[in-house]
Amino acid sequence: MLILECPCCGVTGEETEFHGGGEAHLKRFGPGSADTDFENYLFMRENPKGVHLERWRHVNGCGKWFHVARCTVTLEIFGSYSAQTLEPPQEIKDAISAKRPGWSWRDFS
Amino acid sequence: MSTRLANGGRRIDRTRPVEFRFNGKRLKGFEGDTLASALLANDQMMMGRSFKYHRPRGVVASGSEEPNALFNMGEGGKFEPNQRATTTELFDGLSVTSQNHWPSLEFDVGVLNNYAARFLPAGFYYKTFMFPRPAWKHVFEPFIRQSAGLGRAPDKETLDADTYEHFYFFADVVVVGGGVAGLQAAKTAALSGAKVLIMEQDPHWGGRAMVDGEPEEGFVQRLVGELEGMDNVTMRRRMMGAGVYDHGYLLGYERLRDHAPMLAGPRHRLWRIRAGQIITATGAIERPLSFAGNDIPGVMLAGAVRDYIAEYGVSPGDRVAVVTNNDDAYRTAIAVKKAGLEVPVIVDARAGGGGELAREARGMGIRVENGKAIAKVTGGKRVKSVKLCAQAGEGAVLEEVACDAVAMSGGWSPVVHLWSHCGGKLVWDEAEAMFRPDESRPPLNQNGAGFVRCAGAANGALDLGAGLADADAAGKGAAEAAGFKARGDTLPDLAQDDALPIEPVWMMPQGAGPKLRMKAWLDYQNDVKVSDVQLAAREGYESVEHTKRYTTLGMATDQGKLSNINGLAILSDTLGQAIPQTGTTTFRPPYTPISMASIAGEARGEIFQPVRRTPMHAWHEANGAHWEPVGHWRRPYCYLKGEETPHEAVSREIRATRASLGLLDASTLGKLIVKGPDAGKFLDMLYTNMMSTLKPGRCRYGLMCSENGFLSDDGVVVRLDEDSFLCHTTTGGAERIHGHMEEWLQTEWWDWQVHVVNATEQWAQVGVVGPNSRKVLEKLGGDVDISKDGLSFMGYTSGKLGEFDARIFRIAFAGELSYEVAVPASQGRALWDALWDAGEEFGVTPYGTEAMHVMRAEKGFIMIGDETDGTVIPQDLGLHWAISKKKEDYIGKRAQERTFMQSSDRWQLVGLETVDGSVIPDGAYAVAEGENANGQRNVQGRVTSTYYSPTLDRGIAMGLVHKGPERMGEVIDFPGTDGTIYKAKIVDAVFYDPEGEKQNV
Repeated sequence: MLILECPCCGVTGEETEFHGGGEAHLKRFGPGSADTDFENYLFMRENPKGVHLERWRHVNGCGKWFHVARCTVTLEIFGSYSAQTLEPPQEIKDAISAKRPGWSWRDFS
Repeated sequence: MSTRLANGGRRIDRTRPVEFRFNGKRLKGFEGDTLASALLANDQMMMGRSFKYHRPRGVVASGSEEPNALFNMGEGGKFEPNQRATTTELFDGLSVTSQNHWPSLEFDVGVLNNYAARFLPAGFYYKTFMFPRPAWKHVFEPFIRQSAGLGRAPDKETLDADTYEHFYFFADVVVVGGGVAGLQAAKTAALSGAKVLIMEQDPHWGGRAMVDGEPEEGFVQRLVGELEGMDNVTMRRRMMGAGVYDHGYLLGYERLRDHAPMLAGPRHRLWRIRAGQIITATGAIERPLSFAGNDIPGVMLAGAVRDYIAEYGVSPGDRVAVVTNNDDAYRTAIAVKKAGLEVPVIVDARAGGGGELAREARGMGIRVENGKAIAKVTGGKRVKSVKLCAQAGEGAVLEEVACDAVAMSGGWSPVVHLWSHCGGKLVWDEAEAMFRPDESRPPLNQNGAGFVRCAGAANGALDLGAGLADADAAGKGAAEAAGFKARGDTLPDLAQDDALPIEPVWMMPQGAGPKLRMKAWLDYQNDVKVSDVQLAAREGYESVEHTKRYTTLGMATDQGKLSNINGLAILSDTLGQAIPQTGTTTFRPPYTPISMASIAGEARGEIFQPVRRTPMHAWHEANGAHWEPVGHWRRPYCYLKGEETPHEAVSREIRATRASLGLLDASTLGKLIVKGPDAGKFLDMLYTNMMSTLKPGRCRYGLMCSENGFLSDDGVVVRLDEDSFLCHTTTGGAERIHGHMEEWLQTEWWDWQVHVVNATEQWAQVGVVGPNSRKVLEKLGGDVDISKDGLSFMGYTSGKLGEFDARIFRIAFAGELSYEVAVPASQGRALWDALWDAGEEFGVTPYGTEAMHVMRAEKGFIMIGDETDGTVIPQDLGLHWAISKKKEDYIGKRAQERTFMQSSDRWQLVGLETVDGSVIPDGAYAVAEGENANGQRNVQGRVTSTYYSPTLDRGIAMGLVHKGPERMGEVIDFPGTDGTIYKAKIVDAVFYDPEGEKQNV
């Protein structure tokens, strides 16, 4: 029963208010793309032990999607941020770095 | 014998006798008794039989760790098995029966297992019941089912007569445990101003201090009074901390009237608590010692023996032998002696014996034997004597001492369950021979900070003064961590006990041979012995988790509260490694079993899941609706008239609709409004067809796929105006598709200007279907033009239909001339009634979902969930016409470009016509030549929809068949489960009106 903060409406609520949506920052590959690109986009997922960036939806609340930076080992939350972005904002990266120096996730660090 | 003493018993009220029934016998106890103390007072030491060997078992403990004294309690709607006698408070009229015996507790046939014990070793299920295979079904399983199991399962037809509820609570600091440590921690935390909740599983505050001595006279009463006087403190007794979960979530299990069934209100309340900080002051549990015969009724934990004397005025026996490896058990000897009973011997396994308490016991004239052990307890249904030997030896008997009870103590284990539930780690304390919380590795909250701390004995501080200081520090620490300024309380000045250290004794005597080890029990409830764990280790089970599952050690309803530490110590010893290297098994919630009903709470019966009703629901109910659940909705499957069967009703509804006029309540269809300058572009991505080219006032059937290419939903899209579309979804799909749209809009195309609203419940919708549908609508009047040319097929108009504000769509799912009329939900029932009245002259017939399904199947229309199952792409269903070739992209397009989806080597949709007109059974597979690797017939297709068609008076079906469309006219076999083989010809899926003349009139 995690406690998460929705960056859209500002509510801090517990997990029953939200719904997890898997890995964040996926790049869509559409028609004409290479098989491997499409396979990676649709099926291949990070499964980190530690820092993870993931999607959540405030489904029993404002209904908005957002992103959460979280540690999969300790369940610590580093911060949540808008889903309308291609990479985590600097303050989220800084918050992760403060607690997990030297972290990296896909191309982000 | 065990009996009620003339004096003593802090908890009982001797002026208030209580009558209860045990195995049909009427017995007497006092108010304040537990079931266990009352049975002991009636000399009922034997309370049940064990699970595997059916050995006689008596009560061992006095609290929630009790493994043996489990009972079937109550009757009928109040029946519950496996209730612990030690935590069951006695009330007038309580009725229990003992468990796991046949025909009676005193004489039990299953005890034969006891004599066959050497043929039932650890893992015997896995070893014995492997071969021959058929024997499992016919011999082993019936035998095991007959003889295994604890309590009786409640009768499945009987409903629980009580009510239960959930309760949400928020606190800065929650203290679990109301002993002196818990009370002190709560007070210190509360002094800071923090909101504090303290709970105690027992009906009384004070814990063991009430038996073993308070820090000072009246300490508990004073603390409880102070806490009761604080506005920021909530106190609950009979409430257990059941589990600690992520980020400070805590479950509390409150038993409101198990002790007083005559009271009104819910029986159990499940507290769903969000705590800033949690303090577990859950105390410690005494460990048994592993000597032969340690399960004979009368062998009890030393702490429990003095509990029964002090709390209930009950003596477990006249002559109580004490066996120990630590100083604490001397308290029992002293209490027994002070109660006027005999202590023939204190057997102290430590060569050096005990400290101050030992001197006191000796001073009372009690014989103390240092360095000695119990080789064996004699007796069957009751202890008769103990045979003494040297602890260091192999068990050569030195003498036999007569007694009728044995008080044992192997030391105390802190209750670390709640600390461990959410990831708190443990350290092995060599000096005290116990696992205790490692405060440097606590469970972490959302900020990465610890949110649980332990206090008192639960933290390993067994000494009273040290425990109080520890609790004060925990209260202060928790309050500060919760954001309050806290300071320590003033504590009583206590001298430290000058106890001599415990010496771990995992087996008694140290060199006990196989014969003794086979009678030395570790886990009473699951009948696991020292020899079983040693056997598991010899057979290669080195991991404690594997050993647990192989031997069933710690897997019973008590979850190994008494047995786990002893068991893993034996395992470590056998493997020749240190205890911390072996580690513990995982502690999982709940701490003790909680009722299933409390988990369900109020969610039962009608409010288990709210039912969604259309505005016409009451009409359907009044007119014979035979209901079908569709998602959370209830829809009429058909309407029963007179004595007809549902099958007859469906046929009647179809014939009437095709001949004249039918009405369908289509209000449950999903209705999503998609609006904005980019709405067309957005729908082009969502549907496989082109939606942006749809003209305002026109409708188009559309398909939606997942990004993986598989069909997900379908429905008619209406362009209301330049910027707005109305997307119909399947009944069950409205919320899902709305979510799907939101997800893509918010996370992929967030710069597109589109807004989606789910208007499903804002509109009532009626399908007006059949050759006379236009006539009945025209009868209603109004300003809408629904003439043949005014509203052509797949057209949309809006305006006044009679007095109703209507949206009318000319669409045809049944293949007849038909309209769907949508009005604001508030006008839905009135519209239905108006159509009913106007349709009377046409013999108007309401029809249900089954008639709708059959009519669409007659037309070869697919149904999401019948023809699709998450592995079907539109191309499989011959829906190429609904897939735009002009569009560069839509969700699922890239997936459908994959070679195996492009291939023609797939199962594809065809119609199926049985040779003899019969109906193929639902779900039947078409078999092909040969067999697969499992010796089963190969398959080449399956039925997706199959019905009796009253229109054609024969069975019709659709199915997915390997390369089906290329095989028209071929006859294939569908074996039914009844042994019949249904032969069906592959035909076109459109059985009725293939030219579509009926709908174009």
